[in-house]
Amino acid sequence: MTRPTLDRREFLALASLGGGAVFASGLYGCATPAAAGAEDFFFVQLSDSHWGFEGPPNPDARGTLPKAVAAVNALSVPPDFIVFTGDLTHTTDDPRERRERMAQFRDIVSGLKVQERHFLPGEHDASLDHGKAFQEFFGPTHYTFDHKGLHFIVLDNVSDPAARLGDEQLQWLRGHLATLPRDTRLVVLTHRPLFDLAPQWDWATRDGEQAVALLMPFADVTVFYGHIHQEHHHMTGHIAHHAARSLIFPLPAPLSAPRRLPLPWNPEHPYEGLGFRGIQARAATPALALTELPVVRG
Amino acid sequence: MRPPLAPAAGRRQFCARLAGLAGLAAAGALAGDALAQAPVRVIRISARRFVFTPGTVRLKLGEPVQLELTTEDVPMGFSVPDFKVRQDIVPGTTQTLRLQPDKAGEFVFLCDVFCGSGHETMNGSLVVEA
Ligand SMILES: [Cu+2]
Repeated sequence: MTRPTLDRREFLALASLGGGAVFASGLYGCATPAAAGAEDFFFVQLSDSHWGFEGPPNPDARGTLPKAVAAVNALSVPPDFIVFTGDLTHTTDDPRERRERMAQFRDIVSGLKVQERHFLPGEHDASLDHGKAFQEFFGPTHYTFDHKGLHFIVLDNVSDPAARLGDEQLQWLRGHLATLPRDTRLVVLTHRPLFDLAPQWDWATRDGEQAVALLMPFADVTVFYGHIHQEHHHMTGHIAHHAARSLIFPLPAPLSAPRRLPLPWNPEHPYEGLGFRGIQARAATPALALTELPVVRG
Repeated sequence: MRPPLAPAAGRRQFCARLAGLAGLAAAGALAGDALAQAPVRVIRISARRFVFTPGTVRLKLGEPVQLELTTEDVPMGFSVPDFKVRQDIVPGTTQTLRLQPDKAGEFVFLCDVFCGSGHETMNGSLVVEA
């Protein structure tokens, strides 16, 4: 069964629901022939729900994730799949409570009307037990998958509490990339930024540079990540990095405040700064068009 | 694929790795020989979830110092990104980190090993006076 694919106009209509600007990424003017099996499709990135968090930065902490699920289900065009780029749950020292939070999170996102879901851990999920609980609930923390001509690579830079991918994973990445033609269209999913966004705020991956160097020979690479609870766009050479908003509280712009404390909840504009991202993947270039969507329509 | 580690085994391995690395502690921006001879001011900094004590450290521009780092509870990191130096800290040990600040101003130091809910605000201030 094939679903009608999304054309540009429909996607922009969808985008305008959210009022978000479309940020197009990809190699303009670089006519890479569309990969075999390439076909337009649409997927959604959700991030940083911190299930289990309580506090003034979000008085509706238990309501926001279900609202996001409803918002995704209400999209006029259903996504082919969702990716969730980490910090599904908020840290707890208690291994039983951690699993309880993961079970609740899994129940809530099971309400998403999508067939395919891909999860990554964040440091809140994985750093205190090296990803053990996460793996019990969601499987491996680094893996690959393909979808209609795009090749996705999921990297884990959080199961090591020191924020390293580690030699073993880098070796795996090197070996995996060696099997791929250089014109493979790559999408990398990770929790922390792979580049030094703000090491003073621990917004970095200690050996992220090595992963970026391995990806560099590929002409078409886009990285989607979470962790910093705000929209952010950055280029390392020709590789585009896009951070997503959070579903619990926004954080200040990098190094704009003495401390990286949550931005206060604004009762005049509840859910302000929270949201998720729609990504239209197209066979033509630019390959990806991004739209920021709110949890609740203002 | 990383084999899942039992938390205890994971921590033991982590500590063993750190112990192995301790001898290679980053020396920071310094001239090794000069530091080895001159008496160097020692500054002790203790970490516990989720604070460093003291929270503010004052240095003189160009003055070589030796930081002695300990942690009271769990493995931590001590990092000063603006001077590109960092050090792991393991319970039960004292790690040293030499530093000779070559620029004045106020710089952040932070824990860069995730240590729990509160890790995000575990930082302090290095004030370098000209
Ligand atoms: Cu810490």
